Amino acid sequence: MIELPTVTVQENWLEILTADFMRQAFIGGIITAVAAGAIGYFVILRQQAFASHALAHIGFPGATAAILLGIPITLGMVTFTVVGAIAMALTGNRLNDRDIATGTILAFATGLGLLFSNIASTAAANVQNVLFGNLLATTTSQLISFAVFLFLICLTIAICYRPLLFTSISPEVARARGLHTGRLNLIFLVTLALTITMAVQVVGVLLVFALIVTPPATALLLTARSLPALFLSIGIGTFAVIGGLVLSALFNLPPTFFIVSITTLLWVIATITRPQNA
Amino acid sequence: MTSSAAATIALTDVAARRGNTTIWDQGSFDIPQPSITAVIGPNGSGKSTLLHLLLGLLEPYSGTVEVFGSEPREASEQLGFVPQSYHVPGSDYLTVLEYVRLGKIGNQFFWRSPKGMDQQVADAIEAVGLAGYERRRLRHLSGGEQQRAAIAQSLMNQPKTLLMDEPFASLDVRHQQRLAELIHGLRMDHSIGSLVVVHDLNPILPYLDGVIYLLDGHAHYAPTSEAVDEDLLTHLYGCPVQVTRTAQGDIFTRVTGHAP
Repeated sequence: MIELPTVTVQENWLEILTADFMRQAFIGGIITAVAAGAIGYFVILRQQAFASHALAHIGFPGATAAILLGIPITLGMVTFTVVGAIAMALTGNRLNDRDIATGTILAFATGLGLLFSNIASTAAANVQNVLFGNLLATTTSQLISFAVFLFLICLTIAICYRPLLFTSISPEVARARGLHTGRLNLIFLVTLALTITMAVQVVGVLLVFALIVTPPATALLLTARSLPALFLSIGIGTFAVIGGLVLSALFNLPPTFFIVSITTLLWVIATITRPQNA
Repeated sequence: MTSSAAATIALTDVAARRGNTTIWDQGSFDIPQPSITAVIGPNGSGKSTLLHLLLGLLEPYSGTVEVFGSEPREASEQLGFVPQSYHVPGSDYLTVLEYVRLGKIGNQFFWRSPKGMDQQVADAIEAVGLAGYERRRLRHLSGGEQQRAAIAQSLMNQPKTLLMDEPFASLDVRHQQRLAELIHGLRMDHSIGSLVVVHDLNPILPYLDGVIYLLDGHAHYAPTSEAVDEDLLTHLYGCPVQVTRTAQGDIFTRVTGHAP
């Protein structure tokens, strides 16, 4: 007879919630949710969900190489994702081409990540953190990088909001009106790479969709207006991260599971209850 | 009368190339605006290439292109553009209002909004007959309505002439007629000309001022009365074409046989 483990509420959950590592996790998680919610809105409009998935995979060998070399994981991740984003923007003029090229590169990148993690055989737990995220292990130096990333992302969106929208919905007209669609795409993909780097810390390579794609997709089910949708997307992601951490402290289970569950649940509810004209 | 002298779309001995291939050459004409001009020619004859030259997206290999007296790049705000693939999946999520508004502010960085924009958006939506659709998402519009939204968007920078790439393709006969009436209405009520790439002249023929035809690797322009000619159209399409003029003054063209 197999004895199933039981899930019980931890008695010291309040103590855990107010601990230092938890405060770091809240700050890191909220910064990431804000960036992911905002960038995710454009990911949906630009139909680049696949690119966000791919960049996470491209970051995987960066993170495992960092573990191998003993340098910060965020540094390894961001180097690989940004280089990946630049390569993606420079090579893919047509979406279909890019999808095949990206798919090929990400398979290779994942293989490379596996190789690095095998060489650094002592780092198995670290590799699991890269694949599934570990918000509770957020360090102060990571928070500093995250704050810098968020600043750059917000600055980009504040300046390029309209051109990013215009090139997403009417690319040919935008080009005729003098916008450099290629350059804007490059800028966008680099900010996406920064966002992915953070999202991997929160939910891992395998679950970045839950933070980058699901919140804006849910927001777009609820409102058609672009700026409210963007803020709603940020709100949904932030709520999921906060809720996930609280539940994690209550039940002593990984926050990733709860964050993904909350975003998925909200998406399902929005899908069922959405207004007719959404 | 310098201002009226510049109110034209003019090509002087233009050759258009893509890569090492000359698409067409000897393009010389001067089309007064606002007017309604059709661009016709077989597939691959360089109709879209002509639009790209006028929009400044392609440099002429030789010769000069002048749009309202300026180089195309400098005149880009005087032209509206409705590409053939006007519907992009990302636009599905936007409301008609926001989609049209981007025609004005979409190429501007930061957040400053020009004065009177809301009224202008309302006017553009009204002009294309989409009043009442402002809050609807593009994905809930029919193909014809999405096209009207794209036209409204192109009106937002107050162009003097609209360039439309095969706007009649994929429209049923009734919607073809409505689009032709819209193009005519923009010319009559708002003094906005149109340069329209078409395969079939008939829907736009009642309102047409002239035709640019791309024949045997050259670009020509002729007023409608000269261009709508059996011999010319037969040569152009490579199959027998008959031009019929009815007692009521209507003109239409039809293919009367098979390609040799």
